[in-house]
Amino acid sequence: MLATNSLVFSMSASPHQPADDLPAMRKAAPAAHAQSHPSEERLRALLLAGLDGDAVAYRTFLAELSGRLRAFLRKRLHHLQDEVEDIVQETLLAVHNARHTYRPEQPLTAWVHAIARYKLMDFLRSRSRREAFNDPLDEAQELFAASDEEPAQARRDIGVLLEQLPDKQRLPIVHVKLEGLSVAQTAQLTGLSESAVKVGIHRGLKALAARIRESL
Amino acid sequence: MKTDDLISMMANEVAPVDRGLPRRRMIQALLLGGAASLALLLMLYGLRPDLMQIARTPLFWVKLAFPATLAAGALLVLHRLLHPGLDVGLRWAGVAAPSLAIWIGSALVLALAPAAERIPLLMGSTWRSCPFNIALLSLPLLCSITWAVKAMAPTRLRLCGGVAGLLAGSSATLVYCLHCPEMGVPFWGLWYFLGILIPAAIGLLLGPRLLRW
Repeated sequence: MLATNSLVFSMSASPHQPADDLPAMRKAAPAAHAQSHPSEERLRALLLAGLDGDAVAYRTFLAELSGRLRAFLRKRLHHLQDEVEDIVQETLLAVHNARHTYRPEQPLTAWVHAIARYKLMDFLRSRSRREAFNDPLDEAQELFAASDEEPAQARRDIGVLLEQLPDKQRLPIVHVKLEGLSVAQTAQLTGLSESAVKVGIHRGLKALAARIRESL
Repeated sequence: MKTDDLISMMANEVAPVDRGLPRRRMIQALLLGGAASLALLLMLYGLRPDLMQIARTPLFWVKLAFPATLAAGALLVLHRLLHPGLDVGLRWAGVAAPSLAIWIGSALVLALAPAAERIPLLMGSTWRSCPFNIALLSLPLLCSITWAVKAMAPTRLRLCGGVAGLLAGSSATLVYCLHCPEMGVPFWGLWYFLGILIPAAIGLLLGPRLLRW
């Protein structure tokens, strides 16, 4: 049903930066991958640098991936364009939380596609389960629902879900991830130990993914 | 939160990823679950009294080889299912080959045995309890393996649950061999296999619910 290679290869809305800007590109792809698509090679190099702790490369990877995911999902969710941005965000968070499962010898396309497909199927499954209880009048209302040409807004606000996390997960995420403080500063500010801050971020992002799932 | 903000959030202060985690977590799960299963065996059933003598016979090691190779095969398949985008392919043979081998062995033993001995070879004296004992011993392993699986990213939840159950069941059978007095190959091929299928069925049923991420 879903073509594997259309995901990373397909051109997306996100602008392409010149490859020379990226230190990650110096970690050139091994010869075995020489035949794969250049954009896959680029993304793969960015991800691998990100996995080694290069935040700039990792941010670029996520940004480019989000464009590709958006194009991929828009094509497949004809009737559900409003939900596309939600699933893009959910899939990005899933990619982030599962980044330790990527194996360098594996094609990046296959890995990302498996995650995106899993999240899309999970969404469609819980949606159809929910629809079964829905009022049939909903269909009539859909007739008048406006169609939107603008870049869609996410309907579910992850910021609101973040507020619901317990302090020891929420505060490390807010200080380190959103305000850009260091782990040490956050530890001082919150009274948590540095390892508690790191664990809090890790568990917090997983908990956030779980909240998204429940809010489906 | 806009998608760009979410991306900034994830990329900020990103720590190098722990590549050894998947392997380490699975080893921990098997050791912890195996120890709990062994403790359960010692409390409920005890070792078989002639363990030291029987351990010198080749047949005892053949008996251990069945659950051991099945566990290794299940581990091989499970490992592939825990990484998104990796196919299992011919590795299914790791599960199929030990099962086929024990059934062929059982058929040969039954065919060569005198007619009057066939039923005792197949039913032994503990067939009533054997599969349930194995299923009980597999419970701690099922929990610990689920814990290890949840640290990863399975995308085929039902299949993954089933294979995790297969791994739990075959590892528990390995433990149960320290108690079980049965030495008939057909008995192992039928009742051990059924015992292993119980946790596999539990995993198959609960996988989509327990492993969702």
